Amino acid sequence: MSIELSQFFQVFFEESFEGLDVMESGLMSLDPANVDNEMINSIFRAAHSIKGGSATFGFASVAEFTHVLETLLDEVRAETRGMSTDMVDLFLQSVDCLRELLEGLQAEVPVDGARADGLRQKFEAILDIPADAVVSETVEVEPVAIGWQIKLVGGEDILRTGNEPIRMFTQLGELGELTITTDFSRLPAFNALTLESCYLSWQLTLMADNVKRADVDEVFEWVVDECEITIEPIMDESVPVAAEQVEAPEATEAVEEDVPDADSIGLAAPQTQKKAEPGSIRVDIDKIDTLINMVGELVITQSMLGQIGADLSSDNVSKLQEGLQDLERNVQVLHESVMQVRMLPISFTFNRFPRMVRDLSRQLNKKIDLVVKGEQTELDKTVMEKIGDPLVHLLRNCLDHGIETPAERVKAGKPETGVISLNAFHQGGNIIIQINDDGAGLPKEKILAKARKNGIIGPDVVLSDEQINDLIFQPGFSTAEVVSDVSGRGVGMDVVRRNVQELGGHVSVKSAEGVGSTFSISLPLTLAILDGQLVRVGNQVYIFPLVSIVESLSVDKKQVSTVAGACDLLRLREEYIPIIPLHDAFGIEPDSRNLEKSLIVVVESENTKVGLVVDELQAQQQVVIKSLETNYQSVEGISGATILGDGTVSLILDIGGIVTIGQNTTHMQIKAA
Amino acid sequence: MSTMQADTDSTDSKGSMVGSIDAVDQYLTFIMDNEEYGVDILAVKEIRNWDSATPIPRAPPHVRGVINLRGTIIPIIDLRQCFGMAAIEYGPLTVVLVLQVTTSGNDSREVGIVVDAVSDVYSLDSADIKPAPQMSDQLNTSFIRGLVTIKEHMVILLDIDNLLGREDLADFAEVRDAIKKDELVKAV
Repeated sequence: MSIELSQFFQVFFEESFEGLDVMESGLMSLDPANVDNEMINSIFRAAHSIKGGSATFGFASVAEFTHVLETLLDEVRAETRGMSTDMVDLFLQSVDCLRELLEGLQAEVPVDGARADGLRQKFEAILDIPADAVVSETVEVEPVAIGWQIKLVGGEDILRTGNEPIRMFTQLGELGELTITTDFSRLPAFNALTLESCYLSWQLTLMADNVKRADVDEVFEWVVDECEITIEPIMDESVPVAAEQVEAPEATEAVEEDVPDADSIGLAAPQTQKKAEPGSIRVDIDKIDTLINMVGELVITQSMLGQIGADLSSDNVSKLQEGLQDLERNVQVLHESVMQVRMLPISFTFNRFPRMVRDLSRQLNKKIDLVVKGEQTELDKTVMEKIGDPLVHLLRNCLDHGIETPAERVKAGKPETGVISLNAFHQGGNIIIQINDDGAGLPKEKILAKARKNGIIGPDVVLSDEQINDLIFQPGFSTAEVVSDVSGRGVGMDVVRRNVQELGGHVSVKSAEGVGSTFSISLPLTLAILDGQLVRVGNQVYIFPLVSIVESLSVDKKQVSTVAGACDLLRLREEYIPIIPLHDAFGIEPDSRNLEKSLIVVVESENTKVGLVVDELQAQQQVVIKSLETNYQSVEGISGATILGDGTVSLILDIGGIVTIGQNTTHMQIKAA
Repeated sequence: MSTMQADTDSTDSKGSMVGSIDAVDQYLTFIMDNEEYGVDILAVKEIRNWDSATPIPRAPPHVRGVINLRGTIIPIIDLRQCFGMAAIEYGPLTVVLVLQVTTSGNDSREVGIVVDAVSDVYSLDSADIKPAPQMSDQLNTSFIRGLVTIKEHMVILLDIDNLLGREDLADFAEVRDAIKKDELVKAV
């Protein structure tokens, strides 16, 4: 079996993770009192394929663990054992544990086996298997053997499934000296003989001193289910017996070791570091078909244009224009459908939340229902991967701070069980994700008091309700009276806002005290395309992300005041905004250094507004973002590049970076002055 | 390497002599300031005429900017300025060599270098390539793969991975010094 198995690893891992998701959602919807057999079956099937796959690929730790899990599931399936909430918990923990093991294997980093061993002991306790027995059965002892004695009783069907014993023997023969004795005893009478059945058994003796058990197993791995195989080592008499057990004590110790309390709900994200990998994506066949159709049309248009080009005269100019219009339309649709390939339903992210809410609400002794809507809303894969953590954080906050304890809820005249709803939908070119709870809402007075105490706002500042709510996104803000491990370290909401802004979106909150609060995240559908404003400075054209532009205006000298001879401030409706001449920041010669002849584009980044001085505003267009880092490096103030219609490269501004540059140059100028 | 016969017509005096076939590498050479430099031909992806590049704000002077190479953004490095030579006006002979470079982080990147003119292709026996002179302890000559004498003039073979593979493509001060001392060595 010399096929290079590692090429299938990626697929195996993906399938296993999908299997784990199936198991998890199955377990979540399982009602222990009234077990749905179909559900158990699907959980069992998922576990079984993970076990099969991991055994094939030689991931013994996963295979062994899944085996125990499967045994218990099997009993539930056969209805010899009832399901209990504790068992569901145990299963859920093992799903986490398996995920951790698999992630470890995928990233090729060692994973602490203690958790798996601990869980396995619990399963064994339920299954009533003495721990020793399982250890001796599952932990592979690798004795020093000088050869192997193999007894193979062929299943009648092995020939029909395409397994040829002679080929296996040849392969064994490559490992060492092989002696074969064939046992004809099962051969039926001649007239009962079927051509396609195998009636033979073999006694094989393989003499080779450095062949491992795993090598021998590999030969038979495709027939192991159909045949009876006994493999016994032939021991070298001269080797002391003690040496055989070299690895065994260690393995036993690991099991007997004090196992960390597996009861604590494993909420912390698995600590495995993910190796950077290209990753893959599953795409609906419909989307691929659309693509293929579009490419087909493109080919037709191309051949049509080719024909016109072959005998170009003034007669067929109109035809040419028609063809070009077709081409434009085709390319546009093609573009859209290619973008669709990267789109996945947001359920990929939402699916993990029911579990989280269940575990957390138990931990917090609250009763909470999670309602998920709009799971089929599609979102770019990259955006999806990055929005997961902020969403987790928001949800945790809702659970911890938002929803009250059952007692408090009853007192406030609300139903005991709180409801958190998670909703996703498209709006314009954006996707909106809303998290709504019917909890206590944001305590405005507390927030205000806290912000004053922390010096986020001055003591006399009067804020609107909206502005007060917005304070929770400020760095270093947390009102939780008791800091729990769920939330409340005060590093949360500002990180959420920053993460969302990094994705080109924004987050806001609406709240009514005693009624509940709603967090809305608005995100661009994709990170690959940006709505841009083309801006010219001197002979260079830059692209401003449209979302960060507040307004643009031409200024009057009277509106500008100079601070300490260094930094210009623009007075705009009772606000003072620092002015950064883009030509100075980037070292370009502008059309004019006279502010009145230039334009000022007011941009906003992380609540800081600055006015950028530019020469001319040009068109607005969607641009495809290309990385500068692929072949060069990241550049301060530039987030990427794009290619304009004429083939030239134009740089996309990173507003946050520009603000930093502006601040630095201002400081330098002040120092110089 | 078995195709070398076809490519050796331009190298009549030296290098094309078939020594051991395994040890023959082909180098594309170019001229800068009357000096000839060579790079491994397998690293050259494309030779194109100089066309304007989009300057990168606050980049060092030897980084001329970025261009669009069939949808990929690649940086353009002025090798003269890297090596501390006087900058010249770009003319019709000025060419950009697009090179495939392995970076110090073991990634692959494409970089364009602006040189005065492309010169020739040589097949060189590794036995003829002399190692770069060790000039002083502080001086890093890792970007010189070796020196070779062709028609009685010296060609400096560059190790582009060490020259252009640094993450930041920056600070070539040591390169400048090394090149200058190199000329001293030659004068001897």
